[in-house]
Amino acid sequence: MNAFQIVSAGDAALVVEFEARIDPLVNARAIQLAEALQAARMPGVLDVVPTFRSVAIYFDPLRTNGDALLARVEAEAAKPSSDRDTGRPAVRVPVCYGGELGPDLAAVAAFSHLSEAEVITAHTARTYRAFMVGFVPGFAYLGTVEERIAMPRRDTPRVRVPIGSVGIAGVQTGIYPMETPGGWQIVGRTPLKPFDPDRAEPFLITAGDAVQFYAIDHDRFLDMEREGGPVEGGSRASI
Amino acid sequence: MSGVRVIRGGMLTTIQDTGRWGYQSRGVPVAGPMDPVSHRLANALVGNERAAATLEVTLLGPELEFEDERVVAVTGAEFDITLDGRPAPRGTPFLVAAESHLRFGQRRRGSRSYLAIRGGVSVPPVLGSRATHVISAMGGMAGRPLRTGDRITLGVADATRPTVAPPADPLVELPSRPARLRVLAGPQADAFTSDALDTLQSAPYTVGQQSDRMGFRLEGPRLTHARGADIISDATPLGVLQVPASGQPILLMADRQTTGGYPKIATVISADMAVAGQLGPGDTIAFSVCTPLEAMAALIAQERALMVFEMGRQ
Repeated sequence: MNAFQIVSAGDAALVVEFEARIDPLVNARAIQLAEALQAARMPGVLDVVPTFRSVAIYFDPLRTNGDALLARVEAEAAKPSSDRDTGRPAVRVPVCYGGELGPDLAAVAAFSHLSEAEVITAHTARTYRAFMVGFVPGFAYLGTVEERIAMPRRDTPRVRVPIGSVGIAGVQTGIYPMETPGGWQIVGRTPLKPFDPDRAEPFLITAGDAVQFYAIDHDRFLDMEREGGPVEGGSRASI
Repeated sequence: MSGVRVIRGGMLTTIQDTGRWGYQSRGVPVAGPMDPVSHRLANALVGNERAAATLEVTLLGPELEFEDERVVAVTGAEFDITLDGRPAPRGTPFLVAAESHLRFGQRRRGSRSYLAIRGGVSVPPVLGSRATHVISAMGGMAGRPLRTGDRITLGVADATRPTVAPPADPLVELPSRPARLRVLAGPQADAFTSDALDTLQSAPYTVGQQSDRMGFRLEGPRLTHARGADIISDATPLGVLQVPASGQPILLMADRQTTGGYPKIATVISADMAVAGQLGPGDTIAFSVCTPLEAMAALIAQERALMVFEMGRQ
């Protein structure tokens, strides 16, 4: 589980690579290493970026002792992985499924030979892991979706997917933090903003978080959207 | 607070500082100047901090009206610049009087110019940086390029920081034809056939029309993957050459996304990113693989030249 290699990515980045598979334990190891390196605040280190199975360490080569950095990273990476989770509570995300907010819910139901209600039940039943945050600010790759509803991306991506849209792409699910083009199957929308630079905590989801969706009706969606967030059982208190 | 009025925005004029570092784990791209050396030079010339925000001018420049008297400097790409219709110098600080018009005209060489204004551009920082990232609509002027009618607020000059005489030799060589960019192999050179690094160096690549601040799509000898063109998405450093299934590499630049799912054969060395940042569609690149020691030596030489210049303040 702890096999790794360290490779250079140019003269200003090191990458620690763990096993090349998408696996919660491998991912947890990468995120633990990234959090340890972030907390270490090593001089010259500009950014530490965990992904599915690797950690990139960006540094200023003129302000960094390369050998010392490599030795430190190697020592941290070699530490045994801990079983503990992040210690952060699950992020709970209200979603209004279907209708105009979830235009692909019917397609996912047809794909999975389920009713729309059963798709919603399947999507809300699991607690997902945020394997990685990337693509655009605050976009968390959540997995893994139950196989029955794991519909592939749309053949033709939409030109504009609204903020808060909740999509499925194969075994991944996620929330669009900003209006972008996108090909995920949109099953609903959350009134929460995954990314808001003006909020005290700008990011709803951190890599390694547990994420749970729960269904709300359209009136509730509108109320929450007006209030700028959930009023109960919501995630803003927990992040 | 005094400011600058945008009479014409130009093709792509954005506010840039040294970039939004520290949030890539949140998916926030770094942005920052495409040519970091010219950005730093422009700031030094007017007596600004290195991290002060400048205007990055791309291909077709803006026209600006100054509300008060300011010292400014323009570095990087060669444009014909005029101040109230009279030619203004490049690479040296000069005084702009209140209500005068600074205009970027014909571009001669290079793709991006940096206009530093004494006191710096002082839009509100987002996540600690003023750098504009257009795709995520973040930083700078409401996250977008400047346009007619905008007003940019300027900071207060630090009176203790003098302006600087221009360097004797140019610190950024504008790209030759082809531009020479040195690379280090990796991080995923082993995801390609064993001759792929030779192929990369065998003939120049042309910067494609679909090239922007995110990256340059290159056209040239095809690079062959050893086992498919998909990897589990991982981090995408500045200057990395990622290679999709087409075998045509994409050179990732300042506005790159934080992660990507294509194998990356090699990475341009830090010292050569300033030259890379001056390239535009139609320009050509000759890549050569170097050693980590050569990369470090080149970066130290560049830093020494910059520091000698920064310390030689008037």
